[in-house]
Amino acid sequence: MDKKTKEPLIHITKRKMIPKKQEWAIRLGGILAALIFCAIITTITTHLNPLAVYAKMFEGSFGSPRKLWALLKELASLLLIAVALAPAFKMKFWNLGGGGQVMAGVLATTAVMITMTGKLPSVAIMLLSCVAALAAGALWAFIPAFCRAKWNTNETLFTLMMNYVATQIVAYFIIIWENPKGAGKIGVINQTTRIGWLPTIANNPYMLIVIVSVIVTIFMYIYLKYTKHGYELSVVGESENTARYVGINVSKVIIRTLVLCGLICGLTGWLLVAGTDHTMTTTIEGGKGFLGVMVAWLAHFNPIGMILSGLLMVFMAKGGSEISMAFGLNRSYGDILTGIILFFVIGSEFFINYQIHFRKSHRKEAADV
Amino acid sequence: MRNITKTFGTITANKNVDLDIYRGEILSLLGENGSGKTTLMNMLSGIYFPDEGEIYIDGEPVVISSPKVASDLGIGMIHQHFKLVNVFTAAQNIILGIDQDSEDGKKIKGFSKLDVEKASKKIREICDLYGFDVDPDQKVYDMSVSQKQTVEIVKVLYKGADILILDEPTAVLTPQETEKLFAVLRNMREDGKTVVIITHKLHEVEAISDKVAILRKGEYIGTLITKETNAQEMTNMMVGREVKLNIDRPEPHDVKPRIKVKGLTVRSEDGLLKLDDVSFTANTGEVLGIAGISGCGQKELLEAIAGLQPIEKGEILYVEDDGTETNLAELSDLEIDAKGVSLAFVPEDRLGMGLVASMDLVDNMMLRSFRRKGKIVGFTDRKTPRDLAEKVVEELEVVTPSLETPVRRLSGGNVQKVLVGREIAMNPTVLMSAYAVRGLDINASYIIYDLVNQQKERGVAVIFVGEDLDVLLELSDRILVLCGGKVSGIVDGRTADKNGVGLLMTKLGGEANG
Repeated sequence: MDKKTKEPLIHITKRKMIPKKQEWAIRLGGILAALIFCAIITTITTHLNPLAVYAKMFEGSFGSPRKLWALLKELASLLLIAVALAPAFKMKFWNLGGGGQVMAGVLATTAVMITMTGKLPSVAIMLLSCVAALAAGALWAFIPAFCRAKWNTNETLFTLMMNYVATQIVAYFIIIWENPKGAGKIGVINQTTRIGWLPTIANNPYMLIVIVSVIVTIFMYIYLKYTKHGYELSVVGESENTARYVGINVSKVIIRTLVLCGLICGLTGWLLVAGTDHTMTTTIEGGKGFLGVMVAWLAHFNPIGMILSGLLMVFMAKGGSEISMAFGLNRSYGDILTGIILFFVIGSEFFINYQIHFRKSHRKEAADV
Repeated sequence: MRNITKTFGTITANKNVDLDIYRGEILSLLGENGSGKTTLMNMLSGIYFPDEGEIYIDGEPVVISSPKVASDLGIGMIHQHFKLVNVFTAAQNIILGIDQDSEDGKKIKGFSKLDVEKASKKIREICDLYGFDVDPDQKVYDMSVSQKQTVEIVKVLYKGADILILDEPTAVLTPQETEKLFAVLRNMREDGKTVVIITHKLHEVEAISDKVAILRKGEYIGTLITKETNAQEMTNMMVGREVKLNIDRPEPHDVKPRIKVKGLTVRSEDGLLKLDDVSFTANTGEVLGIAGISGCGQKELLEAIAGLQPIEKGEILYVEDDGTETNLAELSDLEIDAKGVSLAFVPEDRLGMGLVASMDLVDNMMLRSFRRKGKIVGFTDRKTPRDLAEKVVEELEVVTPSLETPVRRLSGGNVQKVLVGREIAMNPTVLMSAYAVRGLDINASYIIYDLVNQQKERGVAVIFVGEDLDVLLELSDRILVLCGGKVSGIVDGRTADKNGVGLLMTKLGGEANG
């Protein structure tokens, strides 16, 4: 019997395919477990009632129409970036440059709005800034894609570095265009004349970006699932050799997909400047280029699923800052809770793919004998 | 081993297997693919842990929970895929992961100096004892496949193994190299070592082993004394029913040149000469076998014809039925397709090139057809490929849970059926296949041979790259032998003998005897 103790306590085996329902049950279980775990941590460290904390988080996200719309705006811009990244990731092109591509769009829009005011009518500025933003975003994505297709450079590093380049260029132009002089920032552009500002829908400044994000998400869902382009890019992603074998032009697909990615990021930049913020700062993108990566991964690159994973992220961010304020906690407290929940959500993917066997069955056997 | 059971998810890889292995014998473990040979041996070498059952060594029950434990018990396994560090020398690879004992018997660990010199000496001793041919200071990337295998074997012996398990060791070797390996194994037996060789090649069982243990579908069927049995009996036990072992070779009819290759020269991206002035003709209604040690330009030859490989010089002429010739050289595969030339190509790397492993059957069928115009421009048509997938599954008896199953979840034989089925559905005039039966069990192999023969009867020019000379000699009408990128001979499949072809594979300018 003592020999038995040498057996490994657990062993892990890969699961066969499991039904979608069970998959979602595991994910849901992961989130529940995370919430319970967070509750315990909260009680131990802050002596607050965890339910009250959760209620506050909920209130911070959905508590009032204003808060709800702020959440929706965040979600819309995050979703746009995540959806933009989806085809690149599906192609196994690790585009970490979503943020930089948005910044390129932001810069182009601001440039058109500032330099063209007074020279062109407002509508023309809107259209011109849109074209400029799309072109800038696409260019920012095209450069690493071209180098990867041509010389097989590492796209992860390349796109990552392009982020910093974009941010620095934006910082430079903020000084050039600073307003008022000496402020070190650009104030609201055309605040009184509203030239180049996108029209508001139903008197709500955030409605436009929300609608656009929904349209783009549906478009991407169809693009990935039903079009030849979508099929080609997933073949390239799974195996470049197979793609070559069936005559898919791998370089062309890589560049085409990344340009699409850049176009959507550029569009996001345009919506942020001309639609909602009406100014340019170096932090306007707010780390969403990276957060979008997580949103896309969590949803397994399914654009519809990204609505949910994006909502989770935005909820955690908004709720986290709300509880920091309401309970006088350190601002990092929300981040800690977000971290715990993400850990569980990602952990549940492990349980979807693998099964853990405990040694229990052997003991039972021994008892039976 | 007693009552061993191992399951993976819903698949039972081994079921109540009892196996006795005796000291100083060579045992062949024979079974079709997926019959659980490798799994069983992996449990002996500590890679997997059995769900049920016990293992005894010299009568003592043992728990083999890790490869380290197995190694301490004197069990060593040489895997099909070598696990060597390319930039290290043979000696460095061999001592990798072993705690070297220093002079005073203390374990040397961490930052202590490695005594490669001492190790090299011990390696030479082992080599001399069994007749290995290894230079401890040679870097692995400079070695041939057979040398790498030798390093793996020495590595296991260096750790002091008494029981050696070899997983399909001859799959990568030429007949001559196989003979050399077998001689070494016999030396080991003389020395009292136990050797288990996993295989599905019957003539090897007969050539080397004392006993043969047969597995079928994870279950142990029986052990035979090799001398007292024959190929037919072993096959029947392995497959579970009567199988005929002859490969058909219908007489070719209506033979006309279809593809003429003239002076084809191909360099790899690094500028290495892969094909050197290769010329031959592939005829309609004929199977042209291509033999050669792996890596002698077979891949480049097929890819060059398929338009996937840039060509340095030479011509590839496609001959139409009416005699007009089109030069396919330097055309891409799409351009070849656009000219109405239907080349089917079953590449060596099925899941990495022929198919997309994570996609389902329908999407894989679509690989060849998705460019065709669908109902809406730009959108894919999944109906046609779905019908094709259904047809292939039905006609070739593909075992799959559904059409939506990713192909990587299918067994090797079924993967190949899906791939060959799709290629044949193109109605090709030329069918090229590389190692079409590698890793396939007897049943699946014969289905592939039948399909090849059907295409031949249809008047397709078949180019069949193979590794098993016995099969090539039985299936091909003519055999082209490649050696180091050159044609070293073209022989008649009906009259050539194995030794002659084997010699052509290793040396240039050998006398063609056909």
